[in-house]
Amino acid sequence: MTVNQLAELLNANKLNIANGEKEVATGYAGDLLSFVMGRAPEDSAWFTIMTNVNILAVATLTDVAVVVVCEGATVDESIIEKAKQQEINLIKTEYDVFNAIKRYLDET
Amino acid sequence: MEKIHLEFDVDGRNFVSAGTATAKVKACLKEMGINPDDVKRVAIAMYEGEINMVIHANGGKALVDIYVDKVVVKLIDTGKGIADINLAMKPGYSTASDDIRQLGFGAGMGLPNMKKHSDECIVESEVGKGTTVTLITNLH
Repeated sequence: MTVNQLAELLNANKLNIANGEKEVATGYAGDLLSFVMGRAPEDSAWFTIMTNVNILAVATLTDVAVVVVCEGATVDESIIEKAKQQEINLIKTEYDVFNAIKRYLDET
Repeated sequence: MEKIHLEFDVDGRNFVSAGTATAKVKACLKEMGINPDDVKRVAIAMYEGEINMVIHANGGKALVDIYVDKVVVKLIDTGKGIADINLAMKPGYSTASDDIRQLGFGAGMGLPNMKKHSDECIVESEVGKGTTVTLITNLH
């Protein structure tokens, strides 16, 4: 599944798409950045409700394919701008983490 | 190969720029063709260190030396120091504020993560003077 396809599946708002054709290899869920940093697999979709600027640093370090902000959490314009600069795929869905992941797994 | 030396200033209390030094080191190691697993370990340990300096010590300096067989990251701050290093190394122990916790940090994973993701993690600290953390990662 590509990032674009995942975004469609989650009726997501594409806050920034740097590479929509990037393949999503697997997924990871978590909000505690110290955990996510050490554990999120490369090329995964990272499901979180965190929206502070550090999610971008963590996304860069882990090389996740896309950050999926769940529960419609508010993402500041400055963070979207930074995601553009850093070419990080960032999407936002109204689904909660559990149901977002369920939709993803049902399709894979 | 001669060793490569990199130096960065880490800006205290600035969460927006936190991780900049680590991202640069990661890009540099990647470009050098170093094993991705090793690159990741260096990056995780260093990022935790950088975040610690931002949270607890008003920033500091990050010195990175890349050798053929290892990467040495030295994180030097002149912050308030660590009173009990053994306690600070304990997973889950944290002195971070609620503000910090809301950012997804301060869970007491910083130093334990640095230890876990390096081959040698040396913490030297003096209360009131500052802390130096040296992280050595062997390259494979």
